[in-house]
Amino acid sequence: MTTSALIMIILTQGTVIGATIYFFRKVLKSPAKPESDSYSENDNVPR
Amino acid sequence: MSTSNESWGSRVGLILAMAGNAVGLGNFLRFPVQAVQNGGGTFIIPYLVSFLLMGIPLLWVEWAMGRFGGRFGDHSTPFILDNMTHKRFWKYFGVFGIFTNMGVMAYYTYIESWTLTYTLKSLKGDFLGVNLEQLDTYFNSYVDLGSGINFPVWALLAFLVTLTINIYILSRGLSAGIEKVAKIAMPLLIGFGAFLAIMSWTTGSTGRCADCSTFVGLNFLWEPDFTTLANPKIWLAAAGQIFFTLSVGMGTIHCYSSYLKQKDDIALNAMSAGWMNGFVEIVLGSAVVIPIAVGYLGLDWVVDNAGFMMAFKTMPFLFDQWGSVLAVIAGVSWFGLLFFAGITSSLAMGTPWMGFVQDEFGWSKNRSAILLGIAILAMGLPTIIFFEKGVFDEYDYWTGTVSLVIFALAEVILFAWVFGMDKGWKEITDGADMRVPRIYRPIIKYVTPTFIGIIFLTSLFKPLNGELSDWSTAFSSLTSGQGWPWANDSIINQIFHINTGVHWMADGELTNMFYVDMSRFFLLACFFGLVAMVKVASNRRKQKASL
Repeated sequence: MTTSALIMIILTQGTVIGATIYFFRKVLKSPAKPESDSYSENDNVPR
Repeated sequence: MSTSNESWGSRVGLILAMAGNAVGLGNFLRFPVQAVQNGGGTFIIPYLVSFLLMGIPLLWVEWAMGRFGGRFGDHSTPFILDNMTHKRFWKYFGVFGIFTNMGVMAYYTYIESWTLTYTLKSLKGDFLGVNLEQLDTYFNSYVDLGSGINFPVWALLAFLVTLTINIYILSRGLSAGIEKVAKIAMPLLIGFGAFLAIMSWTTGSTGRCADCSTFVGLNFLWEPDFTTLANPKIWLAAAGQIFFTLSVGMGTIHCYSSYLKQKDDIALNAMSAGWMNGFVEIVLGSAVVIPIAVGYLGLDWVVDNAGFMMAFKTMPFLFDQWGSVLAVIAGVSWFGLLFFAGITSSLAMGTPWMGFVQDEFGWSKNRSAILLGIAILAMGLPTIIFFEKGVFDEYDYWTGTVSLVIFALAEVILFAWVFGMDKGWKEITDGADMRVPRIYRPIIKYVTPTFIGIIFLTSLFKPLNGELSDWSTAFSSLTSGQGWPWANDSIINQIFHINTGVHWMADGELTNMFYVDMSRFFLLACFFGLVAMVKVASNRRKQKASL
C-alpha cells in the first residue's frame, strides 16, 4: 500500500471507530432519566 | 391520534434498531463501488463533509420531529408533519413517509430473500468448487433471467417466506419484535463483518496474477486523488450515498422516535446510531467486496465488473479459494450479514404503515401487519415477474431515490422555516445527554436545505454525463437554441422520455418502456391510495373533534 493510502485509511477508520465508541460509551454511561421514561424494561410496574 | 401502549424496551435496543434501520445492503455493496468510481480515498472527504452538513442535521431533525409528533400520539409522518403547522397540505407531503417505505420494502424484501436462500445454500456447501460461470448461471436461473417475463418459482417461495418472517416480527410490535431482532441481528452482523474484514486484511498476495493482492484492493479504495475534489459529480455521489446509508428522508426515523417521551434524549441517540452505521460502512463495508475480489481476480477485473451483483455472482467463488471449511463459514457470514442488514431495514420500513393504521383506524397489530403483507406482496410481484423488463430498477429509482430527496427537502424546510428554528432547536436539545454544537443551528436552517436543494435540482436537470464541463456545454447548447442535452437518468428525462420518445410497441410486441410506465402508474395509484387514506383519517379526526 502507498503511504498516502495508508494515511487515509488510518485517519478515516481511526476517526470513525473513535467516534462510534465515544458516543456509544456516552449512551451507556448516561444516567437513566427518572420514571416515567420511554423504556419499558426499567419499569417497576409492567405497562 | 392513538392510545398506543407501544414502547421501546431499552435505550440500547432503540439505538441498535435505529442503526439496524440505517445499516443495509448498501453499506457493503453500494459504498465501496461508489468509492471506487469516485476518486478512491478522496471520496471519503466529501462523504464525511456531507455526513456533517447534511447527515447529522437530518438525523437530528427527523428524531426531533418524531418525538414531537409522538407527544400528540402520532406515529407516522402525515400527522407528525400536520402537528407542526396549520397548513393542511403538509400532511399530504407526509404520505411520502409511508409510500417510500412500502415501495422500497416491496423490492428490498425480494433481495433480502436472495440473501436468505444464499445463506442456506452456503451452509449446505452448495457453492463449494463452483466457478464464476456456474455462479452466474445459477443466479440467472434462480431469478429466471432470459425468459422475458420471469416466473422464478424458488425465488418467489423464498420471497413469500421472507415476507412472512417480516410480517410476523412486525405483528409482535416494537419491543417484543423489532427490538428483539435488532439486539440479536446487529451484534451478529458486526461479528460476521469483522470476521470477513480480518480475513481480507490478512490474505494479502495470492499469487493468482501480478496485482492479485487484497492490499492492492485496499490501496485502490483508499489511495487519494485530490484533483477529483474539484469535481461536483464526486460531491453529489457522496451526498447521495449519505442519504441512502442513513435512511433519512424515508419516515422510518420519525416513526421509531415517536415512541420516545419529551424528556428523553434524542441528540446523543442519533449520533450513536449514525456513527454506528458509519462504522459498519466505512470500516467493515470497505474491507470485504473490493479487496477480496482484487486479491483473487485482479484490479482490471474489478474495475470492469464492480457492482451490486458481485455479492451473489462473485463472492462465493472468492470464499471457495480459502478452502472448504472457511468457504462455508465465510459464505454463511457474508450472506447472513446481508440478511440481517436487510431485515433490520425492511422491518423499519414496515413501521410507518403499522403506526399509521393503528393510530388512525384502530386496527390491531396482527390486522395491520397482515394487510401490510398483502400490500407488499401486491407491490412486490411486478418487480419479480417483470424484473427483466426494468420494473425492479424503476421502483428503486422513484421510491428508493427520488422520493427520499423530495421528502428530505420538504421536511427540513418545514422544520427550519415553517415550524421555526427557535422551536426546532428546543426540540433537538430538550433532554439531550450531550451538548449540541450551536453551529448546527445555522447549518440546519441554511446549509442543509441548500445542500439538498442542489442535489434535487442537479438530479432534475442533470445534463449528459453530469460533469462540471457538461453543465456549461448544456447552457451553451440551450442558449444557442439546440435544447438541453438531458442525461438519461435526469428526473425530467425519466418522466418525459425526452431522449428516446414514448414507444410502447415495437415489432408488434410490448416494449420494456411499456412495463416501466405501467409500473409508474401503479406506484402513483399506490401513492394516491395512501393520500385517500390520510384524507379519510383527517375527516375522522375532525368528526371526533366536533363531538
